[in-house]
Parts: sequence; C-alpha cells; structure tokens
Amino acid sequence: MHQEIDINELRELLKKLKVEALENVEIEGDVEVELELPTGINNSLSYALGQELAQIAAHLLNISQFLGYPGWSLSERKELDGGQVPVEAQQIPATLVEEEFSVGHITEWKNKIEEVTLGATSSDGGTRKHTVTIGGESALPYYFDAPMPNPNRVTLDVFDMPIQLAKTVRVNYEDVMHDPGEWAKKAVKEFGADMITIHLISTDPSIKDTSPAEASKTVEEVLQAVDVPIVIGGSGNPQKDPDVLEKAAEVAEGERCLLASASFNLDYVKIGEVAKKYNHVVLAWTQIDLNSQKELNRKLMKQCGLERDQIVIDPTTAALGYGLDYAYTNMERIRIAGLMGDDELSFPISSGTTNAWGAREAWMVSSPLEDDSDWGPREFRGPLWEIITGLTLALAGCDLFMMMHPTSVQVLKELTNTLFGSVKGNDTEISDWITRLVS
Amino acid sequence: MKVKSPLDVNQLLPKTNCGECGEPTCMAFASKLINRDAKLEDCIPLVKEDEEGYNKLAELLAPEVKEITIGVGERAVKIGGDDVLYRHQLTFFNPTALFYDVWDTMDMDELKERVSEIENFRKFYVGEFLTLDGIAIRSVSGDPEKFKETVKKVVEITDLPLVLCSFEPNVLKAGMEAASDRNPLIYGANKENWKEVLELAMKYDVPVTLCSFGDLNLLKSMAITFRNAGVEKLVLDPGTFPSGEKLRETFHNFLKLRRGAILEGQKEIAYPLMGVPATAWLVYEDELSASYWEAVLASLLIVKYGDILILHGTQPHSLLAEVHIRETIYTDPRTPVQVEAGIREIGEPDENSPVFVTTNFALTYYTVESDISSNGIDCYLAVVNTDGIGVEAAVAGGQLTAQKIKEILDEFDFSKLSHRTVVIPGLAARLQGELEDLTGLKVFVGPLDSGRIPGWMEKNWPPEK
Ligand code: B12
Ligand code: SF4
Repeated sequence: MHQEIDINELRELLKKLKVEALENVEIEGDVEVELELPTGINNSLSYALGQELAQIAAHLLNISQFLGYPGWSLSERKELDGGQVPVEAQQIPATLVEEEFSVGHITEWKNKIEEVTLGATSSDGGTRKHTVTIGGESALPYYFDAPMPNPNRVTLDVFDMPIQLAKTVRVNYEDVMHDPGEWAKKAVKEFGADMITIHLISTDPSIKDTSPAEASKTVEEVLQAVDVPIVIGGSGNPQKDPDVLEKAAEVAEGERCLLASASFNLDYVKIGEVAKKYNHVVLAWTQIDLNSQKELNRKLMKQCGLERDQIVIDPTTAALGYGLDYAYTNMERIRIAGLMGDDELSFPISSGTTNAWGAREAWMVSSPLEDDSDWGPREFRGPLWEIITGLTLALAGCDLFMMMHPTSVQVLKELTNTLFGSVKGNDTEISDWITRLVS
Repeated sequence: MKVKSPLDVNQLLPKTNCGECGEPTCMAFASKLINRDAKLEDCIPLVKEDEEGYNKLAELLAPEVKEITIGVGERAVKIGGDDVLYRHQLTFFNPTALFYDVWDTMDMDELKERVSEIENFRKFYVGEFLTLDGIAIRSVSGDPEKFKETVKKVVEITDLPLVLCSFEPNVLKAGMEAASDRNPLIYGANKENWKEVLELAMKYDVPVTLCSFGDLNLLKSMAITFRNAGVEKLVLDPGTFPSGEKLRETFHNFLKLRRGAILEGQKEIAYPLMGVPATAWLVYEDELSASYWEAVLASLLIVKYGDILILHGTQPHSLLAEVHIRETIYTDPRTPVQVEAGIREIGEPDENSPVFVTTNFALTYYTVESDISSNGIDCYLAVVNTDGIGVEAAVAGGQLTAQKIKEILDEFDFSKLSHRTVVIPGLAARLQGELEDLTGLKVFVGPLDSGRIPGWMEKNWPPEK
C-alpha cells in the first residue's frame, strides 16, 4: 500500500547500478520519497521536491521499481503544479460512513427445554420453604434470542461422614464435617447454597457398609436442618446404590428430591420406578456420550414411565485441563439438539463441577515439573479451577452446578446472574482504561 | 462456512488426479483443503494453468472471519480465521492470543522483569508448553517521548508481538516510530481520533484496532470507512464492560458480531474480535478479586469468540486458568488423543531401572512421561492400548486389565534387568493380584498421581531383594 524510500538510499542503489542521473543534483535536508499504491499519486513528492527534482525522482522511482520495489504509476504527473494537497488528506475520507449494524435471531431453535422443579412446599405435599426451578430455555444460555426463564442454581456437597477433601476445600467445613445437618446449614446460611446434595458414601461396602435404612436417617436429618430442596446421592457403588436410593426416596416421599443417579452401570429401572412412586426427579447420568444420554432418557420415560419434568441430565463433567473440552462440546451439542427439536435431549443439565478438584492444578502444592513456571499458592488455584470449569459449562447450557468451595460458588453466581440479567447497574467507565490502570 | 462438502471444492480442481499435490486424488486433496490440512498452492496444475479456478477456490476457501497477523518472525501470532460458531462443527482456528500489559510509567527494571515474566511463562500440557503471546504497551503518561522510549526498550528486550495502546495519535505515532519493523497492532482508533489513526495504519501498513465501546453501529461504520480506504487488517473492540448489565451487553455484542460474520456473511464486520479483561481491575481493588474476575472475563470471551485479549494480571493462578481454558476451546476435536502403545525407554534406563505401566490416553501418557523425565528418572514405560482412555476410567470400563498389561509385558525382555518387578498406577491397584498371578512378576502399586513418583522412588526403589 505504502512504501518509503529515503532518497539517499535510492542514490546508493543507483550508484551500485552506475546510474549517474543524480550526480549533479543537490538535495538538501532529509527528503522522504513517498510511494503510493495502488493509485500512485506523487503529488506530495513533487510538492516537496520541486518540479525539476521531482522529474528526476520520478526517473529514480522507475529504476527503484526495476530494483524490486513495488510498482506504481506516474499517471498523475499533470497535476504536478496544481493542487498540492498532501496525500493523506486526499485518501482519508472527511467523515465516517454511516451504517447500522443488525443481526437476526436463530430460527432453528423452535423447541423449549423442559422446565423441572425441585423440592416441594407444603401446598404440594412437601416441607420445603423454597423450590428451585431449572430449565425452560428457548435459546443457548444468556443469548439475546429469547429470555432465559430461570437462573442457574448451585447445590453444595455434604457427605454423611468426614471424608478426604482437598485442603483448600476442607478448611471451610472442618467444624461441621462430623454432622451432615450442621454441614448443610452452614452451606445454605453462609455459602449461599440454593440446594444441598447429601452423598451417602458411608453405604459403600468397602467404606462402612451402612444399611439403606440407617443411611436414610441422614437424609431425614438434612431435610430437617435446611428448608431448601435436596439432591440425594449414593456412594457410587452400582450394586448397592439402587437399594440406598430406594430407601432414601421413601423417607423423603413428596419432597421432590433429585435422585443421583440413574445410569447404565446400575439398575436404572429401579431408580426410575422409585422416583415415580415417591414423586422425585431422577438425575440421568452418562459419560460424555450424546447417544447414550438419548438412550437413557428414552428408557427412563418409556420403561419407567417418568414424566418429562422428572428428568435432569448429567452428561459428565471433566475438569479444566482434564477433558473439559469433551464435556463442554458434549453439553453444547446436547443443548443445541434439544433446542432444535430433539425431545430426548431437551432436559435441564446438571454438572458435577466438584470434579475440578481432581485436577492436579487445583490441589497440588506446586508443579511436579521443574520446567513449569511457578503455579502460585494452591489456595488460589483450586477455587478458580472450579469456577472456570463451571462457567465454561454454564455457557454450554448447564443449569445446575454441584459445587464445593464457597468462593467458587460466589464468583460463579456473580457471573451467571450477571449474564442472566439479574445484576443491575454497575456502569464502570471503561473509555479511559488505557490510562487508568497503573499498578 | 461457505463450503460444506469436498465435492464443491473438487468441482473447481483440475480433476486429473495427477498426484502433484501429494494426494492420490483431487477429491482427497479437496477434503484436506476443507480441513485446512493442505494449501491450495500445492495443486501446481491449478496455480499454473487455471487462474480463474484458482481465484474462485481461493475465495471459496477463505475463512469467514479475516485472519490477521501481529508481529514478525517466529513469534508472530495469527488471529481470526474462523469458519464456524461451534467447535464441533469443524474446529476453531488460531487460539485466542493472550497479550499482557506493560506501561510507560514503569521504571526500566520493573519493565524488564515484567516482560521477561510474560515471555518466559510456561505450563506443560500434553506434550508441549502452553505460553503467552505478546505484550500490550499502554501509554499512561500521555507523553509521546516517554511512550516511544518504553516501546523502544520493549522492542530491544523481546521478540514477542506487540500492541501499542493509546487514544492519542501523537503517542501512537511516536510508538510506531520505535516499532515500525515489528508489525505491531495499533490500539486504537475511535470516534475522535480515527482519521489520524487511519493515516498511521496506512503509513506503516500495520493492523489496527477499531474501538467503539457498546456501539456496534459506529463500529461497523468505522470498519467500512477503513476498508474503503484500503485498510483491511482490522480488529474490532466492541468494549469489554466488566460488570452488571453492561457485561451482559458485552457478551451479546461478541455473539452478534460473530453471528453476523459467520452465519450471515456480513463481510463488513467479519474481523477478529478483541476483548479487554483487564477492565476487571477497574472494578475490584484487591488483587485476588480482580485477578479472579479477570480470569472469569477472559474465559467467557475465550469460550465465546474473543480472538485476542489484553490482560493485566499475571498472578500464576489466573495465567494457568487462562492458558488452559484457551487450550480447552481450541483443541482440535477432530484429532484423536491417543499415543502409540508399546514399551518406551525414558532417559537412559539400565538393568536396575523400574518398569512403569500406564495407558495410551495422550493426557495420561504425557503427564506421566513428563513427570518421570523432568525428574531425571530413567525407566521403561509400558504403554497399554486402552483406546485412549485414562487409567481410572479404563480400569472401570475394562480397557485396562491384568491380561492386557501381561500382553504388553510379554514383549519385554526381563532377562536384561536385575529385577523382575513392574509398577502399576495407584488407580489400577485392584489389578495387582491378578497381574502377579498371570506374569509371575512382583507387582508394586505406585502412587495415585504420577507427580508423586519421585517421592515414591525415594522410599521404594530399588526394591529389596
Ligand atoms: C474424563 C473421564 C471419562 C472420559 C474418559 C476420557 C478418556 N480419554 O480417558 C469418559 C467420558 C470416556 C469416561 C468414561 C467412563 N468413566 Co470416567 N471419568 C473421567 C474423569 C472425569 C476424568 C479422568 C481423567 O481423564 N483423568 C486425568 C488422567 C490424566 O488421569 P489418569 O489417567 O488416571 O492418570 C493419572 C494417574 O492415574 C497417575 N498415573 C497414570 N499412569 C501412571 C503410572 C504409574 C506407574 C503411576 C504410579 C501413576 C500413574 O498419574 C496420572 C496423572 O495424575 C473421571 C473423574 C475425575 N475427575 O477423575 C471419571 C472417572 C474416572 N470415570 C469413572 C467411570 C465409572 C467411568 C465409566 C466406567 C462410566 C460408565 N459407567 O460408563 C466410563 C468407562 C468408559 C470406558 N472405559 O470405556 C469413574 C471411575 C470410578 C472408579 N474408580 O472405578 C470416575 C472416577 C468418575 C466417578 N467419580 O465415578 N470417563
Ligand atoms: S495436484 Fe491438483 S490436479 Fe493433481 S491430484 Fe492434486 S488436486 Fe488434483
């Protein structure tokens, strides 16, 4: 577009080629020859050099073109003694073009994601003071195509016995770990949990082998301690979980709990039937596989007779750096398919965001690799890992987050609420950001 | 995306299957072109004999979003160049470029230190190091001379690509003089200064950012004005409002611009987008909150369509999160994440070196491999084909079994060792007994995380005879 050749450079070039055209020309001062492309206006040049010199320069320019500088034309020579408008002013428009920008909505998103309510108040046969409704979207999350009817929600993990937790997490719960009721209360009152997940891990035969009846006492305890809806989780033992969840569902009849989880590696039919019988919702869990998610959802509806508003799906959360790419894309595809009309996938989505704590970046004291830059304190890394894992999935369409660290909950909520539209005001002035940041 | 099928591309190729491009057929070459695994120039017959076809194809294959280069030489970064709105539709190209700031009121030592911190940051991940991309130099003083000096200094100490930040044309001009041979990105042109900035971009033929915070009409108007004047290396900054309703609007603006570019073919705004998560520091005073929120804004804009970001915080926790979320979104979903199975030598193993067992999931393999080699441990690493599944999931899913480990160990000549032992991952502990029975080897259960192998070695190696 625009090249500069110092006239002295040109002279040097010419010398090398034994061209003597410039020998008897005096050039005073530092003169820049401006070469314009593609229009090749040499006005400024001639103006600056005076006409005679400009002719020589023109000659030089031809030679320099021959030497490999890009081509231009001297077709506007006739204007040499005219206008003398500096080149910039000629090329630069006097005013901005005035145009409006607009963009359309996505027309393929015709389907609505199912709306699911968790928890039941006394008018619906439960004892919860609040219920939580998730889903109901008609667009990708926070998009301008359609308002998002329900905000994202967070359910905090509570275990039925003290367990090993990453230190950064543990310090927040140390005082209540022996008492699931107190633990749940703290999570709701101090850490802003919308819901509580009670994990009945002591029922695992290789841990304590607590009986289903005994374990369900903990469920009652938690139901009494807090008035938010709850999620009931087993130990992850596929043989025992169906029995554990059955008993728990029975004692919590009518509370519309989320039963975690029905999956293909255990007796999901039983879990579906139990949910139907005692009026709960099932978490349908598959491992980062859209097709098996479809199949499981289909079976829960057809085989167990669950209503559409009794299913929440968990397509699996892999942590940042540990497969989040799969988890993100899987969720995004599921949500888009749901919006475009696939009714086997149009359900609210839940994420085991806590998985983020499995990433070594979240819990290790420092990098095991010498070549890595300093990782900084793990107290800062852990919560951020959970936040970023969660927010990425929020953008893919995740509605409910199972989380652990109070700071993570706070920051993730701040972001999702902001994007949702419930955080008003806050007009930070940014026009002068370049100069305002000083340290 | 304009082209959906290799058929469309094949139509315009010579269709002689001459093989000069290195592919057996034109159709195969067409598929590669669509995946951007080949360059059009490799079809020599087309280049030589069919100018019209070449031009048509070049146009057809050009990405929807313009691709722009910042910087020169090896460290130059490309931004933009995308064709899809969702990564599963193809892949996203040119990872979001992460630029961290320095400013002209820093003293020289501070400046040097920060530049080297940015330049040298590295985080190992799946066989390579994640790094940062460039330096954004801000004029805080408003003094052209001061800015020029700072730019000069930065140019002297690093090859990293640069963004020159000021809304004062004189300052930018001075900065450009010091960095004219580095192809920096100018930041930025706005409603007030656009003429002078346009002139500067023309003069130096460098990329330029158009800034219109919250006003997409103006942004589009500027883009058209610049393009009409022949300046096409444009980056658009619709403004990054760090909080509240304006943040929501910011998110929408990124969505709108990218949707317009890719879905609606609005060429006028089909340029790379810039986000400035550094604005988080205008909201939060304390370092931790600001660094967290900045990482949050960065992640938001990496996931949804930011092509280049200017950041302020260099706290390690934020940097780690930022490079990882970028890797997450820009990893090519089309390429398998497996490594080849087999027994490898790490370092220079001898008869006393241990034999470790792991899986062929790329993430697992590279994590283990780097944990071992960076700690100078010489060993044999038996990589089992688990179909690219990590240890725990492969044990749970049956891809990592005692039988499979045995099969791979059968390839190995234990007679060259002074011991008959192997070490399996802690997460595969339950395979220990069966593996001993099958192989007659002594099987040790290693730590849960391979990062702890060095500590484990201190206590357990060499094994007692
Ligand atoms: C991503 C993931 C998947 C992905 C796997 C992707 C892949 N390519 O591997 C998919 C979606 C496919 C998947 C599927 C399943 N998964 Co999965 N999955 C995970 C997840 C989220 C992360 C695993 C991971 O990638 N870790 C990172 C890698 C690097 O770790 P790694 O391979 O273990 O390597 C580390 C260590 O083992 C060690 N190490 C490795 N090699 C060596 C060698 C030596 C000598 C030593 C000392 C150490 C060592 O160091 C490494 C670095 O830390 C975990 C949950 C979690 N957060 O951990 C569940 C998890 C592993 N999955 C689980 C399950 C049950 C399954 C399924 C069986 C579920 C099902 N019913 O279908 C299937 C099985 C599928 C199959 N095998 O075909 C369970 C396992 C439970 C158990 N302990 O048995 C987990 C723990 C989730 C849970 N809490 O239930 N899963
Ligand atoms: S070089 Fe061109 S013409 Fe020859 S096979 Fe390749 S694509 Fe076809």
